Amino acid sequence: MNSMRWIIVLLFVCMVYALPARAADTIKVGAILGMTGPASFLGAPEAKTLGMLADEINKKGGIKGKKIELILKDTGASPEKAISFTKQLIEEDKVFAIIGPSTSGESMKVKGIAEDGRTILISCAAAESIVNPVGKYVFKSPQNDRFAAIKIFEQMKKMGITKIGVVSSNTGFGKGGKEQLEKLAPEYGIQIAANEVYDKDATDLTAVVTKLKAAGIQAFVNWSIEPAQAIVIKNARQIGLTVPIFQSHGFGNIQYVKAASGAAEGVLFPAGRLLVAESLPKNHPQKAVLMKYKQDYEARYKEDVSTFGGHAYDAFMILVKAIETAGTDKEKVRTAIENMKGFVGTAGIFNFSPKDHNGLDLNAFEMLTVKGGKFVVYSDKAAKKK
Amino acid sequence: MARSTYKQILLLTVCVIGVQLAATAADKTQYLTQLTMAGYYSMVIIGLSLLMGYTGQISLGHAGFFAIGGYTSAFLTTYNLLPHQDAPIVSLLARTGVLMAGKDLYDADILVVQPWAACIAAVLVTLVVAYVIGRPVLKLKGHYLAMATLGFGTIVYKMVLGTSLVGAADGLSDIPAFQLLPGLSVSGKSSVRIQNYYIAWGLVIVGTTLLLNLIHSRVGRALRAIHGAEDAANAMGVDTASFKLRIFVVSAVYAALGGAFLTHFNGGIGPSEASIMKSVHYVAIVAIGGMANLWGALTMGVALNFLSLRGYFGSHDDSVFGLILVAVMLFAPEGIGSTGAPERIRAWIKRLGAREEPAP
Amino acid sequence: MNIELFCQYLIAGLTYGTIYAIVAIGFNIIYNTTGIINFAQGEFVMLGGMLAVTLDVFFPLPLSIAGAVIITMLLGALIEICFIRWLKSPSVLRMVMITIGLSIIIKAAALAIWGEGVKSLPYFTGTAVTVISMGDVHVSPQVLWVIGVSGLIVALLSFFFNHTLLGRQMRACASNIDAARLCGIDAKNMVTLSFILSAGIGALAGCVVCPITYVQYDSGTNLAIKGFTVAILGGLGNSTAAIAAGLMLGILESLSIWILPTAFKDVIAITILLLILFVRPSGIFGNAEAARLKEF
Repeated sequence: MNSMRWIIVLLFVCMVYALPARAADTIKVGAILGMTGPASFLGAPEAKTLGMLADEINKKGGIKGKKIELILKDTGASPEKAISFTKQLIEEDKVFAIIGPSTSGESMKVKGIAEDGRTILISCAAAESIVNPVGKYVFKSPQNDRFAAIKIFEQMKKMGITKIGVVSSNTGFGKGGKEQLEKLAPEYGIQIAANEVYDKDATDLTAVVTKLKAAGIQAFVNWSIEPAQAIVIKNARQIGLTVPIFQSHGFGNIQYVKAASGAAEGVLFPAGRLLVAESLPKNHPQKAVLMKYKQDYEARYKEDVSTFGGHAYDAFMILVKAIETAGTDKEKVRTAIENMKGFVGTAGIFNFSPKDHNGLDLNAFEMLTVKGGKFVVYSDKAAKKK
Repeated sequence: MARSTYKQILLLTVCVIGVQLAATAADKTQYLTQLTMAGYYSMVIIGLSLLMGYTGQISLGHAGFFAIGGYTSAFLTTYNLLPHQDAPIVSLLARTGVLMAGKDLYDADILVVQPWAACIAAVLVTLVVAYVIGRPVLKLKGHYLAMATLGFGTIVYKMVLGTSLVGAADGLSDIPAFQLLPGLSVSGKSSVRIQNYYIAWGLVIVGTTLLLNLIHSRVGRALRAIHGAEDAANAMGVDTASFKLRIFVVSAVYAALGGAFLTHFNGGIGPSEASIMKSVHYVAIVAIGGMANLWGALTMGVALNFLSLRGYFGSHDDSVFGLILVAVMLFAPEGIGSTGAPERIRAWIKRLGAREEPAP
Repeated sequence: MNIELFCQYLIAGLTYGTIYAIVAIGFNIIYNTTGIINFAQGEFVMLGGMLAVTLDVFFPLPLSIAGAVIITMLLGALIEICFIRWLKSPSVLRMVMITIGLSIIIKAAALAIWGEGVKSLPYFTGTAVTVISMGDVHVSPQVLWVIGVSGLIVALLSFFFNHTLLGRQMRACASNIDAARLCGIDAKNMVTLSFILSAGIGALAGCVVCPITYVQYDSGTNLAIKGFTVAILGGLGNSTAAIAAGLMLGILESLSIWILPTAFKDVIAITILLLILFVRPSGIFGNAEAARLKEF
């Protein structure tokens, strides 16, 4: 037994000396994403997007002549791993910037570490508290949940809906949305008559939607990113609940429409325009960026594009643009991001400022619906024609 | 303290100091971060090794105790008591110096429990839970015991995941540093990294010493009797139920201490610390280290947790531990050290040489 | 709560209850012949669904389901031969850990092969929105498929164990393995057969419930816990009781959301499990004597 311990210690000491020094002239970008585990719907497309973009830029010769070295780490949505990896990336790999984490919980825990380490961190998570209070080095690329909720309520007001049900999953994503819905409902004169939180692994929500039906609601909102999104609308339609169904931007992946087959028709949800890129008018400022991302991603990975991969696209390309503008000095790049205006991303058009480290507003969201099994932009006129 | 214990502890202390000096000399002090985290996880592992090895009780829910300790400490040190200032309990606590002022995320003033008091509370809560759960659970055997502990772990996980008071899926963050003495505090800041490494490993050394003393005492002999043949032990008048319960509670408290300290080091905690996969990690480590082998478990725990926290296993973290579990249980159920590999290799080499001679 | 609402809940509970019951029966078959609890049982259900979805691209639906069931059965046999067969009287602890490790490995393999996305089979009859309505109570035809197929499985198993030579041989092994061996029954092959059977019924259940609940690489774990709860509830080894226990648990879960927050629905199953283990480990229907007989 003693011998084993000595061997381990010896191995460790060897490791300490044996690790080679990294090559010199690259720009190291770290990425801490939840590629497996409970946030894999977010992290996996984000990781694939980053890989695709890094390769593309390196093929063209890199930024300012330097190649990008992408260091990807899978946290499995565990905060303790996120913390450990962030410290590693900042102190050992000495990365230029970090993209991620994928979830709000992880982001809040590494915010302080990035600030202390004076390293730019562009999170792919949505919680407002990531950028409010503003941390000098911490930014985020997804839209605020608040705007999604506002978009939904504005639509409900137009439709004359005053009594709704809210169902959400017990994940960080679901929780964030639920809080915004509860906070903003009174401002639009909307009463939440039924409010249920379900487990993210739930495979049947008949009982939940039955309860909603019993509460006599005029519409309901589901806020989650799991398969439950498709299950809840199926169950609702099956028990004869015919009221309008609203989803969160978590619905932004066509696999859920496919999974729900006929039940997804007519579902309304706010989302970035990535999902309806083809139907945008030719002169729409975002069209070129969206079409290119969609075509490249679908060609390379043979799967449908989702708005979550788009958050990683935005984070990475914002960083790239800032480096192209300001060079490879961290402080200058940070200031460049802060002053960036009119950046065309997948989630919308970004306008940063020292007080606004997110850069998106209500216009980032478009109200979409499902028609004929596809995502289309929702228009009141078209709906009335039916 | 037995002489052999004394020597082993001394050896451990020398290793701990040696590793730190080597890291500083090679300018790789960043490794100490993961070693500190691995140290706190080792608290769970040595407790579990005692439970599984010396009393033969499997626990597939020990991450639950780690989480209870961590979350209690986290909750008490971040929950703002200012709105309840006038409640009698709060003013009593304030007068006894248990509360402290702090600042929340938005720099507003808040009133929270002091970390040292929160830590004590964490240990007490875990003690009570372990005692209450332990009594019925330890009466079970085999599959029933495994499922009961699995059920307990799952309940803790679902509860922290579903309760918004403790942050639900996001967990708790912005946890203040835990000041042990003026100038010595548990926190993740890079300036106090070496300090924290010694705090963590100091805790492990003290914990291991206590456990070793336990093993070499009357209680330890009773435990070995229980593990060997429980009915015989009962017949000899050993109160097996009470011993098993005591060890269960001790291992739970160790896990809770690890959890509370790590939470302050990390500055946050999330539901993932209570997940069943974490419990399986701990069991896999104890299995490969050798179930009644405290040192084996400790060594393998540090090695595997260190590698896992540094991302060596990448996305295959869970499968690595699953493979280890299957491989160890198939080929070396007593742990890697007991396979007698070195002796067998030597014997095999000898046999190679002796093959030339015909059998008598 | 009016009568229609109650019926709606009841039907939802019955649907899931039958799936839990099938998983529990899978546990019981292996437990009866070997004394092992196979923690990887949930993975068989997951594999059934996943394989059917993959095969469905190339073959018509009934063929894909048959293919999925057969492949999963082969996998069950493979697991038994590679990991269980050559162990000499292993301790319970050891077996628990091996099967847990196996379930983790199968999950990781599923993740590697099929990715993290969600997959579903087309509905056997109709689409996601077809319903059969009885007054204000609406039921998807797939639910009838689930209940029907589960009933068929139980009937076939019952026939197998009571009226076929092979089935009676398996029951003999379960009763008293040494006596069975003395009668010339090859116990080793019976063990393999039990794994094949459990895998098969798990896979079939997975296929039939896939259109409703979708399948993902980690959907097996939850089912395994619920299935185990039901098996213990009915008394480990007693499959007839498992059916009743499964329906009970399904209905209880379904009705529970009137009182408890929905997020804690899973906690109910586990709390029941713990209570049963503490108070009456032989199950509510079983008694220690019957459990020892290990009848189907």
